[in-house]
Amino acid sequence: MRALTWHGKHDVRVDTVDDPEIINPRDAIIKITSTAICGSDLHLYDGFIPTMKAGDVLGHEFMGEVVETGPKSTLKKGQRVVVPFTIACGSCYHCGKHQYSACDNGLPADNQDIAQELYGHPMSGLFGYSHMTGGYSGGQAEYVRVPFSDIGPIVIPDGIDDDKVLFLSDILPTGWQAAEYAQIEPGDTVAVWGCGPVGLFAVQSAFLMGAERVIAIDHFPRRLELAAKFGAETINYKDHAVYDALIEMTGGIGPDAVIDAVGLESHGLFVDNVLDQIKASTFLGTDRPHANRQAIIACRKGGRVSMPAVYGGFVDKWPLGAFMEKGLTLKTGQTHVQHYTEALLAAILDGKIDTTFLISHHLPLENAPDGYKLFHDHQDVATKIVLKPGLAKTKVEMPA
Amino acid sequence: MTNAANADAPATAARDKDARAAEAERDESQVSAAVVTIARPTRELYDFWRDFSNLAPIMENIESITVESDTRSIWTIKAPAGRTVSWEAVVTEDQPGALIAWESVEGADVRSSGRIEFRDTGARGSIVRAVIAYDPPAGLIGELIAKIFQREPAIQARRELRRFKQFMETGEVATSSRTRAHHAEHKAG
Repeated sequence: MRALTWHGKHDVRVDTVDDPEIINPRDAIIKITSTAICGSDLHLYDGFIPTMKAGDVLGHEFMGEVVETGPKSTLKKGQRVVVPFTIACGSCYHCGKHQYSACDNGLPADNQDIAQELYGHPMSGLFGYSHMTGGYSGGQAEYVRVPFSDIGPIVIPDGIDDDKVLFLSDILPTGWQAAEYAQIEPGDTVAVWGCGPVGLFAVQSAFLMGAERVIAIDHFPRRLELAAKFGAETINYKDHAVYDALIEMTGGIGPDAVIDAVGLESHGLFVDNVLDQIKASTFLGTDRPHANRQAIIACRKGGRVSMPAVYGGFVDKWPLGAFMEKGLTLKTGQTHVQHYTEALLAAILDGKIDTTFLISHHLPLENAPDGYKLFHDHQDVATKIVLKPGLAKTKVEMPA
Repeated sequence: MTNAANADAPATAARDKDARAAEAERDESQVSAAVVTIARPTRELYDFWRDFSNLAPIMENIESITVESDTRSIWTIKAPAGRTVSWEAVVTEDQPGALIAWESVEGADVRSSGRIEFRDTGARGSIVRAVIAYDPPAGLIGELIAKIFQREPAIQARRELRRFKQFMETGEVATSSRTRAHHAEHKAG
């Protein structure tokens, strides 16, 4: 089959690789019809995530048609399914509590050692996201092997376009969980750092959960426009000092809840960010949490911090003092996708949530390297790229 | 020195190497212990483990285990250059539903022993604790075996218990292989 493979920093290629096969009884093979490039794929593209190997197939946002099932799979050939990016067994203690991203059994035993050493405990497996998260082949390919297919994939009714439901795989539940973790109360003001897909879905979700005001922070005008369409007030941090703006906009109180949807590659040439970059490049620190620091400093006393953003290692100069003195609460974690898919699919079918606005490009899978470059270099134009297997390679115009 | 006898922390977590080695059934030099909670009844876990022919897929480096009698079994590991090495193990202690201990017979090529304990923990299932110990054998073949065995001796028991847990809780051992050929090649290390 054809698949997008990782070969190093800023080096991804579409190669011909072996087709996936059923190995375990609960497996299914899915023929991919749509697969998106995620902001967190850019962390792989930029070489920030350790334990990648040349030839790894990327992609953890995908959907398609069931073409083969193992004897214990509950799926049927021909069904259309969206597949959660978290690989969870459904039968361990954590899955029983719907903490799917903390599944005990989704990671192969040999792949659990790194997380056990680094984090104290191994987490669930993830598709296409380094060997620390299992080394599973991802879905930016023609076919994918889906383990525990009786638990994860959600069946999509006929007649619903891929674009409407594809983001159930990751970013919609992630944005929703981010808003849920902000523990929004009626009348709250919620500030969201980062208007990428997760941030934009968090904006939508926060309003649905009763936030009175949502303030969105980014530096890409196009992304801020999208946030404004959902009713958010916006701050472009290139033009305004974020803390000053937030304090002024909230009458000196600060936002009741803050959401960091930026993560380990915070943009912006702030002094502490530059220090972080130097440290990251000299392995003194791996993460660059400028947005997170700003969110904690701006958050009102006794407020809530929600952190859907991905952090992988250690941070320096994290404002633990402000966090403690103001009595903040932090909720974070990889998304428990399987917990949310059913309710969010219903919301999509009822027309309460529309995610199609986000998609700026459909490209053939064969053009996936162009897609990565476009998404990486031109985030203002490329808000979300969906790859389509089976289409002939085309010419992709890069914005000036 | 702390008074180890009165401490609640287990010997396998001791900073002192000799205190850790004392966990081995005999006096093997390489000792690896691990604990895991499995969401299945104690008796079911014991019964599965007591039939040693079930264990090859979850054991590190083990090619096969053939049961010869109620207490004796032949363990085979793959050595480099297509060779295999076998030894006979005998059950030395058996408390149904609670504990199994075994060790290689005198004169075996690989001197090893193991013990696994099962304890009911109510709603969360069973706490399972394993101690695996062995001595690197002598001679050329021994060096090869030692190389396989000692690749990461400290985490061997941990990985074995993870596979045991996966199999008992999910009915399969998780693998990220894409093809059956890759899976066959990489199974058990």
